[in-house]
Parts: sequence; C-alpha cells; structure tokens
Amino acid sequence: MPETNLQQSTYQPTTVYIKPTTGLAALNLGDLWRYRELVYFMIWRDIKVRYKQTLLGAAWAVLQPILTMLVFNFLFGNIAKMSTDGNIPYPIFSYTALLPWGLFSTALNSASRSLTSNHNMISKTYFPRLVLPMASVLGGLLDFAIAFVVLIGLMLYYHVTPGLNALWALPLFILLSLITALGVALWLSAINVQYRDVAYALPFISQFWMFITPIAYSSKVISEKWQLAYALNPMAGVVNGFRWALLGVGNGPDVLVAVSAGIAIIILLTGLIYFRNMERTFADTI
Amino acid sequence: MTIAIRVENISKRYKIGLAPQKFQYGMLRDVLVDAVKAPFRLASSLARRPNPEAQTPNPAGYIWALKDVSFELEEGKVLGIVGRNGAGKSTLLKVLSRVTEPTRGFVSVRGRVGSLLEVGTGFHPELTGRENIYLNGAILGMRRAEIESKFDEIVDFSEVAQFIDTPVKRYSSGMYLRLAFAVAAHLEPEILVVDEVLAVGDAEFQRKCLGKMNDVANQGRTVLFVSHNMSAILRLTQDAIVMQKGQLVKRAPTPEAVDFYLASGQAQAGERVWEADEVPANAMPFRPLSLRVKDVRGSVADSLRSTEAITLEMEYRLEAPITGLRVGVYLSTVRGEYVFTSFDVDETVLYEKHSTRQPGHYVSRCQVPADLLNEGRYILGINASSFGVKRYFMDENALAFNIDPLGAPGIQWAEQRQGPVRPRLNWTIEKVDG
Repeated sequence: MPETNLQQSTYQPTTVYIKPTTGLAALNLGDLWRYRELVYFMIWRDIKVRYKQTLLGAAWAVLQPILTMLVFNFLFGNIAKMSTDGNIPYPIFSYTALLPWGLFSTALNSASRSLTSNHNMISKTYFPRLVLPMASVLGGLLDFAIAFVVLIGLMLYYHVTPGLNALWALPLFILLSLITALGVALWLSAINVQYRDVAYALPFISQFWMFITPIAYSSKVISEKWQLAYALNPMAGVVNGFRWALLGVGNGPDVLVAVSAGIAIIILLTGLIYFRNMERTFADTI
Repeated sequence: MTIAIRVENISKRYKIGLAPQKFQYGMLRDVLVDAVKAPFRLASSLARRPNPEAQTPNPAGYIWALKDVSFELEEGKVLGIVGRNGAGKSTLLKVLSRVTEPTRGFVSVRGRVGSLLEVGTGFHPELTGRENIYLNGAILGMRRAEIESKFDEIVDFSEVAQFIDTPVKRYSSGMYLRLAFAVAAHLEPEILVVDEVLAVGDAEFQRKCLGKMNDVANQGRTVLFVSHNMSAILRLTQDAIVMQKGQLVKRAPTPEAVDFYLASGQAQAGERVWEADEVPANAMPFRPLSLRVKDVRGSVADSLRSTEAITLEMEYRLEAPITGLRVGVYLSTVRGEYVFTSFDVDETVLYEKHSTRQPGHYVSRCQVPADLLNEGRYILGINASSFGVKRYFMDENALAFNIDPLGAPGIQWAEQRQGPVRPRLNWTIEKVDG
C-alpha cells in the first residue's frame, strides 16, 4: 500500500507532555476537537441502543411528551382551569413547553450519569472526559426532533400559525436549553464520580426545576417584581421563548432572556472549570 | 536516536483509606448527627480542591503507587517491565497512557500511545460486532477513515467474520475477546503498551497475539511490555526495568534485570493467608490458615526456578478431631490444565499414622522436585476432605506463582517448550552404524 507508506513517512508524531495540572487546569479544548469523532460515535451509540429491546421503540420519544401533556391537560387545564396566555388551547400551550423541557431534562439526566455509566472507559483509556456529557446532551436532539413533529400536528389541528421569528428564535432557545443542561450536568456528573448522592438527588432536582419553570402555568402568574428573579432560571427563558416564537404570546427576547442566557453561560463556564479540575482524578475515584 | 518516552520523577499517590471509622457504636444519635452534617461535609469537600501537593508527605490512608520513577526509552525499543503484584507496573502504564494523572513529575511521550491494558473498552453488548469495531476504534483514538481502511483486516484477525452483524451479547467470551483484541492490535500506535494480554484467549489465539506484538516491535515501534512471564520478557525485550514497591530498582539488559528480579526475595507474594471471614462456616472444624510456596533457600517467593526444588506448605488448624482427613494441593497452569493433584496422606503409611487428627495447629509440607515444571505461570489450589464423607474446604485458585526456566534443559534455544512439564531426561546418544 504505497499511499499508507507515504502517509507514514510524512506523518510527524506529536509529543504529549504529561504532568500534574496545577491551579485551574487549562480547558484543553483542542484535545476535544481532535476527539470530535468520538462525540459523534457516542451519540450514535446512545441513539442505537436507546430503545433496544423495547416493544414500542422510538415511539417513546413521542409518547412521553404526549402522555405528560394529557395528564397536564386533565389536571391543570380541566380541573384547576389554569389560564393560558390569550386563548391558546391548553394542550398546545403545555406541549410547547414540554418539548424544550423534555430535551433539557433528558439531557440533564443522562449527562449527569454519563461518567459513572461509562466508568470502564474512564478507568481504562484516555480521551477528553468532556466527550461523555457532551454526547449525552446532544443525543437528546433526535428525540426532540421526533416530538417536534407532533407539535406541528397539534398546531395544524388547533390552527395555530407560528410567526417567522420561530425560524431564528427556536434554534437559539434550543441552544440555550442545551447550554444550561450541559453546564449543570458538568457540575453534577463530576460530583457524581465521587459522591453517588447525585443519582438520588437528580429526580428531585428535575422535579423541582420543572415546577419553577412555567410549563403547566403561564409565567404571567408571577408578579412583576419577581420577574427578574424568575429569569434566573434559564429554562424559564427557554419556555417563554418557545411560546413566544410558536404561539405568539408573551414578550419577545428582552432583558429577561439576556439574564437567562447570562446565567446559563456562567453555569457552563464554572461547570467546565470544575469538571476539568476534577477530571484528573476521575480514573482513580470512579 | 529520538527519545520516545521520557519519564522524570513520576510519583503517584492513591488514597486507600476508607472513610474514617463511622458509627463505631452504632448509635442512632450518631447516625442522625452524621446525616445532618453530611451536606456540610459535601459542601466543604467540594470547595476544597483535591490538592496533590498536600503538605504532609505521606498522610495515613495514602499509598505511593509510584515513587520518583525516571527512565528514558528510545524510539523503536522494546522495554520489559517486571515486578510483583502491586509494584506499580500497571500504575506506570496508566500514567503513560494518560488514564490517570501523576501526582508529581513529568512525562513526555512522542506519538500515540496504544494501550492493550484492557481490551474491549466501551464495547456495548447491544451493538453488533461491526458497530463495536467502529465505536471501540473511536474510543482508542482512531479516525473513522482509518477504521474503515483496516476493517477487513480486523475482522480477519478476530475470526468472527460470520457473526460480525450479531450483537456482541450473543458472542462467547472467547469471540468477544478476540474481536476486542483485534481492534486494539490494529490501532498501530507509535507506542504500544501491553499488559498481560497473553493471559486471555486460547493457546492458538495467544500465539497470534504474541506474533502481532512481535510484528509491532519489528516495525520499529516502541513497545512497553508488562508480564509475569519471564520467558516472554526474555524473548521479546532487550531491556527491562524492575519495579518494587512503586520504585524503579533496576534498569538493565533483560537477562540481568530478570535475574535481579528473581533473586530479590519477592516476599509476601507466593503466600496466601485466609482471614477468618474468608472461610465459609461449613468448613468447620477445618480452618485453613495459609498456603505458601518456598524456594530452596526457604524464603517465600512468587517466582521460582524450574531447576530448583519447590516447597509447598499448608498451615491449618483443626477445631475438632477429624477422621480420614486428607489435605492436598491441585497444581494447574493458567490455561486450566491440571498438572497434578497430591494429598498429604497419599502414602498408606502416613494415612494409617494420621487416621484421626486431633485438634491443634498443623503444617503439611511437601517438595516438588527440581526439573519438573516448565516455564510459565501456575495456579495452586487447596483441598481438605475426608474421602466420600465430606469436603471441608476447597479453593482452586489459592495462589499463583511463576516458574522461570533459567538453566532448564534446552534453554539455549529461544523457543517455548510445549507442555506443562520440563523434565531433565537422561538422554544418551549412540552411533549405531559402527
């Protein structure tokens, strides 16, 4: 194979320096870029095995938000008679929120467990550990896309037409929810390596977070003076953004969304630093 | 010549201590107080970054798995690493392959390190062989194009071609290992790290693996080879380092290093001690205490020479008299072939003399003659029973030891002699045509 030989002769091996990292470990994102294919393969693996040996398979991606929506509709729409913004039917009102919430909570849950569930990879080979939570977060996008098709169906059924804003706003809000999920998951997954308490706290964290996010209710029920504090939850910004872009209710991106985005970025950056700092002992403590 | 690996004063400290003894008195109050304190403890330990350079040099609960290890390895050389279990060999490889970070020191590594430390990393049971090849390749740092170009070769090497589209959870453990090893062996790193891979798979496959390693070495790539098998170390490496208690105690041409390693009394290894909680209750009234392997000088060793006699020693206590007791050993190779079974009362005279053993502390001792065992690793098992009545205690894998063939018959040929025994036979050569 002459080509291979040529490749080998021009190939200069890079030298790697291994030493204890002191202070704040360099983020070493270059290494992450070199291993970008691994991110792709991990996503692919997660998707491949996600619904293996299930009867309904990928239908779960649709069933989960629909069933939650039906329960919400019954509890909050029919019994509690929560008011939606304007005269939006409750099912579509809650579904537009459940959609990004589902993306977020799946990403948060699987990414927070990603290190411990792949402990044999960590204790046996080198790769940038960031690959694992990142792949878990991105892996949720497929389920999101499937569930989105249902939303389109609902919108047709209820004759709701989204504005053109949706085209640019939705990707941004999806990004915001992924950043938030990754940021929190970086903290939780790194803590989980040492303290498995995270696994027990996670269901509670998800549930609590869901209640402080305007999913079952409209964020209008929060009084004006608390709106800023409320925006500290980036998911509130995401859900309001989705409703605005798809249903045309509430305010467009304003200072509150900027606060949400700022918080999300702070969580992500601190999470990255904490994660990179703990990374060096992952193989020893996992 | 270019230096492939430079290791400078590498130290690695591990925490071995468990959490400080909690709830010694098992009081509910303690448990509750602790539960209240737990979140604060969590918070404070999160705030405190793990500090490898802690002021105390060796606080309780820590162990130095590596201490000030330094060496250099030129490109294209094959370096053997020997030392008994816990000497730091695997930790050293883990540091070199970047799995774990050293506590102190500096390493520079030129080129990609391929680890055969553990094969099959990241294999997912639900995925097919084909899918796992891609996944595993990516985990080992291969590019997708690289995997594609080597795919057929990998499948050929693994010998599982007809099951390549079957989920690996349906594979036998042998097939699984072969596939995993095939991927790792085709990574073609500049530096290959091999740790005891020869212990997996059947004999035929082991030969293939050894061949692959040889190829890698012959292609001028750098290899680090860790093994307990001195003959393999001697065959495959020119240079070796000896590790002891985390320190590099010798770097020399392989024959010299191996001799040093075998000579330095490898105490502790070569002995199996049973703690009270390791002995099942139904072993009563037989209580095994220890099993030891000793060399001719009477010291406990885990590497012995085939040219010298070996003493096997079992220490046990009887809590009540046992009639018809026989205490014995199984010897088998690591591949599971039995070499022999022997009991302390096999001789009728002894059996009659010890027909009933009274309670007390006993040692049963025997000698395995010199020039009996072939080179390799052997497993010693223990059995205590009254034939046809009761088996009191059995442990088929009580301890392992190595036989080194230095000076054995036929050692002048660098080849592996087949079979578990290597007797010194009395050959005569006659010219018969007058």
